Amino acid sequence: MTQTEFLHIVMPFKDKVFRLAKRLLVSREEAEDATQEVLLKLWKNKTKIQEYKNVEAFSMTMTKNFCLDKLKSKQAQNLKLVHSNYQDNNTSLQKQLEFSDSVNWVAKIMEDLPEQQKMVVQLRDIEQYDFDEIAKMLDMNNTAVRVALSRARKTIREKLTKTHNYGVK
Amino acid sequence: MVLNNIEQLLEKYNNGETSLKEEQQLKDYFKQETVAPHLEMYKPMFAYFSVSQEEKFTKDVPLKSNKNNLYKWISVAAVAVLMLGFYFKSPLTSAEDLGTYDDPEMAYLEVKKSLEMISKQFNKGASSINYLAEVDNTTRLIFKK
Repeated sequence: MTQTEFLHIVMPFKDKVFRLAKRLLVSREEAEDATQEVLLKLWKNKTKIQEYKNVEAFSMTMTKNFCLDKLKSKQAQNLKLVHSNYQDNNTSLQKQLEFSDSVNWVAKIMEDLPEQQKMVVQLRDIEQYDFDEIAKMLDMNNTAVRVALSRARKTIREKLTKTHNYGVK
Repeated sequence: MVLNNIEQLLEKYNNGETSLKEEQQLKDYFKQETVAPHLEMYKPMFAYFSVSQEEKFTKDVPLKSNKNNLYKWISVAAVAVLMLGFYFKSPLTSAEDLGTYDDPEMAYLEVKKSLEMISKQFNKGASSINYLAEVDNTTRLIFKK
């Protein structure tokens, strides 16, 4: 397999790999390193790539395992917290501030979720995979995915409701 | 869209029972400027999901193929062989015979022989340009002094 062929396969989902890594590792630099590592591993095993039924799902599982290993290892003790810049929405300044503030809140709430719920929300609400795919990627069964997702969504909603009402009531 | 419908969808959504299509409907609804006040807290959640969808991986991936590696090592080996070659060659050239003589008598004879040869060859060459004197004679004839 040539480099172009490989890139052709990998390009469509490399951002998804990166976002999953970032969800788990929080820091942008760490996530970039993890993505690079995953892609390099794929490239080294490029002869076997045709045998995999679904390269994308396989890479997502790889990313998951890699990031969880990273989190377990001692290196991960000094993770950096990085703020992302959010885009403009054509609203007034105050609304915009309020908006990006509450968007940041969602990011913070998600950081507090357990790893498994983080991944499920990431794969479902952000990457929009269907339940069967998620179950395969995370090595869980379909019901467990739904339960984790439901719990995560409820937690996010509750915490958001709290912050939303803060100062009002 | 009817508010009732949205509330039903949200209920399903929180139980993790919505399909991807229904979730898209929710996302579209919360993209609006104004949503029902009691659902306001959902807005940042869906906004966050759409924002994080945009994030891109921008770093380059250094892909190296095994073929290039082989070429690299071959060139390293070639350079090493060349260097070794020069290293072993240089002391030999300095020890070579330069044609020196230890006996002064012999040296004198040799020098005389080679100088003689040079002068003989020189005279031979010089004799062949004697005819240039003819040019002088002819010009004297033409210009009469």
